[in-house]
Amino acid sequence: MLPFFHWVETTRVSEAISASPWAFAVIESGHLLALAVIGGAVLMLDLRLLGLGLRDQPIERVARDAQPWLVWSLAVMLVTGVLLFSSEPIKCYNSSAFWVKMSSLLLAMMFTFTVRRKVALAGDGDVRPVWLKVVGIVSLTLWFGVGAGGRWIGFSA
Amino acid sequence: MSLLPFVQWLAKTPGSIALHESSYMYPLVESVHVLTLCVFLGMAVMFDLRLLGITLTKVPMSQLKHRLGPWMTSGFIVMVITGVLLFYAVPVRSYQSVWFRMKAVALVLAGLNAFVFHRTVDQRIEEWDRDPVPPRAARRAGARSLVLWTLIVVCGRMIAYNWFDCDKQPQPAIVNALAGCVVPAEATP
Repeated sequence: MLPFFHWVETTRVSEAISASPWAFAVIESGHLLALAVIGGAVLMLDLRLLGLGLRDQPIERVARDAQPWLVWSLAVMLVTGVLLFSSEPIKCYNSSAFWVKMSSLLLAMMFTFTVRRKVALAGDGDVRPVWLKVVGIVSLTLWFGVGAGGRWIGFSA
Repeated sequence: MSLLPFVQWLAKTPGSIALHESSYMYPLVESVHVLTLCVFLGMAVMFDLRLLGITLTKVPMSQLKHRLGPWMTSGFIVMVITGVLLFYAVPVRSYQSVWFRMKAVALVLAGLNAFVFHRTVDQRIEEWDRDPVPPRAARRAGARSLVLWTLIVVCGRMIAYNWFDCDKQPQPAIVNALAGCVVPAEATP
């Protein structure tokens, strides 16, 4: 896969971001702002699945209200994330935190848009409470892996 | 009155030096600070969006406060503790950072905004608790909060960059004034 990472480094986007003293910082700020939104959207539903947070509301309602914020903040995260990655692909390639993050991200997205979505929209009473809790914990764990891995990329030499 | 002597003293305390030089504690504290953003600000954003009437419109505002408030408050406490520790680890540079100073001002404004909200329109919450779109004063408080917290996050992130650091002279006079840089007389243009 290394040739791909080397190729990314030669793209015009990569060179433009690396050459600018501001670009990386500005894109990073956007990435961080979207992190707050995605954090809120994910946490709100996961807490509800765990029987915490908005527990007077049906799970389905919390899921439907959180959905657009999750999708759009994820879109911003992916776009800004790809741009950040493109400016330092080799550093990422050599960082184990990057690979932890990408694996967690793949699993988190797959889980969120299949199992979690299905369970959350199933309507109360159709899924046993213990499974709701399991889904909430798996989701929180996977997204935490994405966030922690992401923060740690910055600390890798 | 300048707090420079105080932060200079703070930088010489053993705790500050230890935190600054530790290979794991500092990154760990910083990670907790950043990731708690999801808990505190994530919840605060949902609050503000509800105040604006664009999400959770069927959830009464009082319920949101009651159910999500404790999570938001806990997140905030963690953010403050880790934030204070980050400042403690790098006191002089943070104190003389334009970004840090802007962040501090925005934080005060955000606190003021929340205080005014609680003292005014929030006191009459029974009148609009179930309204899908809260009254204008509440919407404005929500909008102001979103703008201020955006500023706080961006300024916070920028503290890490040294474009306007005092030890990177010459800087424009405005930067030196805002950051409180102590510039030797011969260095000033």
